[in-house]
Amino acid sequence: MKKKNSKSTKKETPALRVDSSSVVLARPESLYDVENHYCAGCGHGIIHRLICEAIDDFGIRERVIAVAPVGCAVIAYDYWNFDVTEAAHGRTPAVATGIKRVRPDNIVFTYQGDGDLAAIGTSEIIHAANRGENITVIFVNNGVYGMTGGQMAPTTLAGQRTATTLNGRSLKREGYPIKILEMLAVLPGTKYAERVSVHSAQEVVRAKRAIKKAFRLQIEGKGFSIVEVLSMCPTYWGMTPIQSADRIKNEVSTFYPLGVIKSC
Amino acid sequence: MCGNEACGEGAILAGCRFYAGYPITPQNELTAYIAKRMNETDGVFIQAESELAAINMVFGASAAGVRAMTSSSSPGISLKQEGISYLAGCELPCVIVNVQRGGPGLGNIGPSQADYFQAVKGGGHGDYKLIVLAPATAQEMMEHTILAFELADKYRNPVFILSDGLLGQMMEPIRMPTVLQKSHDKPWALTGCKGRSPNIIRSLYLGDGVLEAQNKKLQEKFNRMKETEVRAQTFNTKDSDLILVAYGSVARIAKAAMDEARAGGLKVGLIRPVTLWPFPEKIIADACSRTKKFLVVEMSAGQMVEDVKLAVNGRARVDFYGRMGGGVPSEEEILQQIETLMKI
Amino acid sequence: MAKIKINKDKCKGCYLCIVNCPNGLIKVSGELNIRGVKPAVFSGGKCTGCGMCALVCPDCGIVIYK
Repeated sequence: MKKKNSKSTKKETPALRVDSSSVVLARPESLYDVENHYCAGCGHGIIHRLICEAIDDFGIRERVIAVAPVGCAVIAYDYWNFDVTEAAHGRTPAVATGIKRVRPDNIVFTYQGDGDLAAIGTSEIIHAANRGENITVIFVNNGVYGMTGGQMAPTTLAGQRTATTLNGRSLKREGYPIKILEMLAVLPGTKYAERVSVHSAQEVVRAKRAIKKAFRLQIEGKGFSIVEVLSMCPTYWGMTPIQSADRIKNEVSTFYPLGVIKSC
Repeated sequence: MCGNEACGEGAILAGCRFYAGYPITPQNELTAYIAKRMNETDGVFIQAESELAAINMVFGASAAGVRAMTSSSSPGISLKQEGISYLAGCELPCVIVNVQRGGPGLGNIGPSQADYFQAVKGGGHGDYKLIVLAPATAQEMMEHTILAFELADKYRNPVFILSDGLLGQMMEPIRMPTVLQKSHDKPWALTGCKGRSPNIIRSLYLGDGVLEAQNKKLQEKFNRMKETEVRAQTFNTKDSDLILVAYGSVARIAKAAMDEARAGGLKVGLIRPVTLWPFPEKIIADACSRTKKFLVVEMSAGQMVEDVKLAVNGRARVDFYGRMGGGVPSEEEILQQIETLMKI
Repeated sequence: MAKIKINKDKCKGCYLCIVNCPNGLIKVSGELNIRGVKPAVFSGGKCTGCGMCALVCPDCGIVIYK
């Protein structure tokens, strides 16, 4: 269904940036020209593109092996033009470890949501970081479980209403939002941890830079790198995409400060 | 060499170059042995943070096209079930070894066969089957492991080795086998998409009817295994009044009991399933035409006995004798059961 | 002068491009697209080709030409 669409639009899509000097910004080769299934204003689409741009910039598309999560991005392989495997919920870094250890010359990255990485997969992410696995982790933090219907995530902010915290997250009842990067930063195995956002064009530029750095470190064999991307979920925040972007700017990023958490 | 070490050496001989595991008794000799041997063969050994991580590391290595293995003992195998379901769903070959111990729960570290159901009836969620090999000697721990890797690659399916603490830790002399490694092309493996379109490893099929079609494809594969891979040993099944059915280490004790009974003039035979799935149901069914009594002996409350009853299908009497919680049936105990049944 | 091309049928109507255009050159169309949403459209004027709109588009629906 999606492939058909791509064919019909292919003719009018101009050549990629690499092929034509007149086009300054267009779809990267690593990203299929298909519609994605994400809701309007969802950050996944932007983050998918940034990863693909980084991969194209390094010319590593044919070396990449991605590990997709369980969550909204579970069918990321429908959009990514490189090798991809699924993984059980949260086990993503363990699967990536297995791949990278037997294929050290490939570029292996995981794409994980906050449920996948910060709840069910905390053990796997901590130990992958602690072993210093030479992989790249893209951690999408939108503070809710999107795919299952907007339940509370470990990263849900205090007071935030979700399907399972109808009156807002109570710190007393549900505990505190987890700052994963700050946790991982204390591990010697973590070489690079940066938090970025995609709520505005300026932040998207920074996010791209961070994602590129994370891949570059892997290419150079430096070890474990992770980029946390604050992302919008307008559907389960009950807001318009523009309001959601403003919420990241005014609220989410004050709790989860943007910037380099660790770099060495 | 103890059974666990023989298993580890079998893996190395079979070209296994990735192992991830987590310490648990009584399989620790295997982890220690393979850690040493992976180091010597430029393979990868990872002591994982959990059984969950270990099986998923195996998932990754297998997805990348490398022969991979994990091992554990009963409680740890329970933890691996999620990953095993995904491996079967994604059609990834690998070898999983269970050196069974007493349960439920923490149980104890004595030998047991109480994970039979878990191994042969699925274990994890969804409709899937694994070939389950049940070695009975240290030699077979090695040979079955080599065979397991072949079968895993042949069918693109995980293969299970169901051992127990007795076999794992018992020392026996080994005759090193000559292994002719067949090379299996793995065009589906994740290697980077250079010169081809991207490969995807998945068990998620959302479209209407798509998963059912995939399930049918898997079932056809399981049926092929069922037709081709049944293995069993039979002793004196042609003239016996009573046939013992036992697998693994218990089969050895049962054989000694059979010999003793024969020496005493009792016509006793033995069927030893080598593959627990596919189960040698036809061999048992055929034996029913001559033999009207079966005695199933297990280190469990009675699990394989259900498959024996299904195979017998009412054509003969099926009795059961079992020990649990690390108890091992002795030759005398089995002989006593035989003598009692022969009088009926 | 630069220009942008918005693929109107890819547009899901998040309008992040509208708020990110430094010169306010993108507006909401009066017509519905194939998905039944009013897509973002280029309203004309001096586009500098800064690419902000394309950067925030989650659907890769905007191409920048210089």
